[in-house]
Amino acid sequence: MQAHVEDQLKQFIVDSYLFGDTTRMPGDSESLLRAGVLDSTGVLELIEFLEAEFSITVEDVETVPDNLDSIAGVVRFVAAKRHAGEGAA
Amino acid sequence: MTTTAETTTAGTSSALDIDCEAETQRIVVVLRRYLVDVRRKGYVVALSGGIDSSVTAALCVAAVGPGRVFGLHMPERASAPETLRLSREVSDTFGFDSEVEEIADTLEAVGCYRRYDEAVRRVVPDYGSGWRSKIVLPSVTEDDALRIFSIVVEDPDGVRSRHRLTTEAYLGVLAATNFKQRVRKMLEYHHADRLNYATTGTPNRLEYDQGFFVKLGDGAADVKPIAHLYKTQVYALAAYLGVPAEIRARPSTTDTYSLAQSQEEFYFSLPHHLMDLCLHARDHDVPVHELAASVGLDVPSVERVLRDIDQKRRTTTYLHQAPVLVEPIAAVDG
Repeated sequence: MQAHVEDQLKQFIVDSYLFGDTTRMPGDSESLLRAGVLDSTGVLELIEFLEAEFSITVEDVETVPDNLDSIAGVVRFVAAKRHAGEGAA
Repeated sequence: MTTTAETTTAGTSSALDIDCEAETQRIVVVLRRYLVDVRRKGYVVALSGGIDSSVTAALCVAAVGPGRVFGLHMPERASAPETLRLSREVSDTFGFDSEVEEIADTLEAVGCYRRYDEAVRRVVPDYGSGWRSKIVLPSVTEDDALRIFSIVVEDPDGVRSRHRLTTEAYLGVLAATNFKQRVRKMLEYHHADRLNYATTGTPNRLEYDQGFFVKLGDGAADVKPIAHLYKTQVYALAAYLGVPAEIRARPSTTDTYSLAQSQEEFYFSLPHHLMDLCLHARDHDVPVHELAASVGLDVPSVERVLRDIDQKRRTTTYLHQAPVLVEPIAAVDG
């Protein structure tokens, strides 16, 4: 499941921010903001991608670097949200 | 190069002390030399009733005299009621000619207000006539949230609510409001062409460094006489040059949205005197704990402010860039 999220996320990053240049893909734990991949508009796009693709809702309090500023962080965040959603269902 | 004295005082308010007389003379020399270089006869200054444009106008008058400075007052629907009175006070105080150019009709014609309302309706479907709004960012110092824009709306009954913007709504709001700065700049260049003058840009160092301007809007100018000065230093020059006291006491505002909006809500993470210290410290390698003590915040808050400074520099690099050519044209670009 996590590998699936990671693959989709990386594809989104390559398509949306890197114009297909996979050599510029940041490391899994690297800051997407500091690497220059995301800016304030990019964060909004990322949130919309996560909400549409993984059927989760990103709450305001969850828009923190731990959840959204690295590939590993996003994968962890999506997994936790889905797990919480399954628990609530 | 950083001198020993700069290192000693960096991160403290004394680091921003300037010799106002010497600084004025330094700027005056540049303003005069530029006109000679480009064979123009004077300066156009857009007056907002704020501290930066007032100081810029005063410096131009100091450089070339009031007879070679032309002021423009350019209010629109969202301008604060006192804006025009204060900007006129500046042209009256320094004795230069000026003209009122109401830009609301032009903005209406290009669809600025309609496009803005349509963008807001993407997140607030009922938004329309009689409503007011502004966009805001979360506080950097209060928590670790990423700085994502929200819109605050007030309905005709005065009830306020806050909504996170979608990408499309955010970009739509920004693209619509940017008309305001670009229409103003278009008129500045019209009058500059008519008079054979040069245009001025009024960003202070905080605004210039952090990209708080609209590309080809208020970011466009022939000369930016105070772009090297921290806001604290601009206030010091304002007092020295005799800018009216009411303007010197007025809080910084964007004067762009229908709800009053401070620059701290929209862009900067701290009041300007503290932002100045943080920006100065960022460039002088001041230890975070020393800066925290100086600005009266805890270390994690200061670390977030410094991160925000770096992030804004990255995000707004594009605003500073000249058009990219595939290869330089040596005869033009040197």
